[in-house]
Amino acid sequence: MEWDWAFVREIMPTLLDGLKITVLATVLGSVLAAVVGLAFALLRRSPNRLVSRTTAFLVEFIRGTPLLVQLYFLFYVLPGAGILLSPLTAGVIGLGVHYATYMAEVFRAGIDNTPRGQWEAAKACNLTAVQTWQHIILPQAIPPMIPALANYFVAMFKETPLLSAITVVELMSQARSIANFNYRYLEPMTLVGVLFLAISLIAVPALHLLERRFRRYR
Amino acid sequence: MGDWSGYIGLMLDGARVTVELTVLGCALALPVAFAAGLGRLSRFWAVRALALAYIEFFRGTSIFVQLFWAYFVLPLIGFELTPLQAGVLALGLNVGAYGAEVVRSAVQSIGREQHEACVALNLTRWQGLRHVLLPQAFVVMIPTFGNNAIELLKATSVVSLISLTDLTFQAQVVRSQTGSTAIPFLTVLVIYFALASMISFGMKTLERRMTRGLDGIRH
Repeated sequence: MEWDWAFVREIMPTLLDGLKITVLATVLGSVLAAVVGLAFALLRRSPNRLVSRTTAFLVEFIRGTPLLVQLYFLFYVLPGAGILLSPLTAGVIGLGVHYATYMAEVFRAGIDNTPRGQWEAAKACNLTAVQTWQHIILPQAIPPMIPALANYFVAMFKETPLLSAITVVELMSQARSIANFNYRYLEPMTLVGVLFLAISLIAVPALHLLERRFRRYR
Repeated sequence: MGDWSGYIGLMLDGARVTVELTVLGCALALPVAFAAGLGRLSRFWAVRALALAYIEFFRGTSIFVQLFWAYFVLPLIGFELTPLQAGVLALGLNVGAYGAEVVRSAVQSIGREQHEACVALNLTRWQGLRHVLLPQAFVVMIPTFGNNAIELLKATSVVSLISLTDLTFQAQVVRSQTGSTAIPFLTVLVIYFALASMISFGMKTLERRMTRGLDGIRH
């Protein structure tokens, strides 16, 4: 089968529309993942054994099961319980919560790397727990984590094609519908690969830049 | 929904396909990871460039895109693949690329003095790698390899989208036949988690065995 540039020009706008949804899902998903990930990390450190053990198990469970099945779960099971989610909402929640379990690990490592002296100093200054976290621990723990978090941002971007399985009209599902409609797989599938590769390759130097920028804080 | 035993049989069939894919995928990923990881450290720039291109390509796109490409595009240029072959190929090459970086960083993490000792003993590059560097580097790789194997297990769910009858596919079958959603999906989630726990337990055991007798040297 020959590569057809005219066909490429014809389908490019549709693919770029899909790319917009892909980027939107990635951005929303990573914001959610960062917030939920931090919550997981903090709950795991809870002095209440029940809370910390339950969180630990939940994190392990979510990390040990495929995102695709979790997306199906959100998309098919929750409506039965009366919670109706649009496909994109379900996708963002699935993506966000799945990656939150990875980000929780990054947050945990970052928090553990804060020197003991900082905790003791906070106690000596008679700061409350909230003040300690807000003014002492998190401002020191978060900057060194940024490169690792950005890594997961790129990983999430690459996972978004899974959302097409729950009928989110993102890049991959646009490509599949074009391919099925015209019965030409070569151009749409290859272009999806090229678009993903292009954005990932741009992200690599950007990640290195972030790493250099934030290493100073260590 | 009287016929639960039939559905359970269906799920177990799916679990077998998932395990098969995971094992075959790992069997492909491991040699590929070593070839590409050591290729990154080669003396010849052409080998280094080739290994780098492979790694960046497979890490830069998702397993999903690669699988669809293998299944729908490769036949057009004359490679007819069954869904299972396409699945194993995409999974093995994808996880192999991640594994290659693990191999590279593990070999590089071995101290300079070990490299110098190889030179001092007049070992060839291959001998040094085979008898001095890799045995030490392998211990460093095991935990990350375990994580990679779990990632591979999770990635196998994607093959259900090219009509391979794995665990996720069977869950969809049960869902569409019974109309029940919570039970099939919860069941497969639990099965996946059990498989992942088995991998991580196996890797921990392997790590304990491999580090036996190294206590005084490492950590």
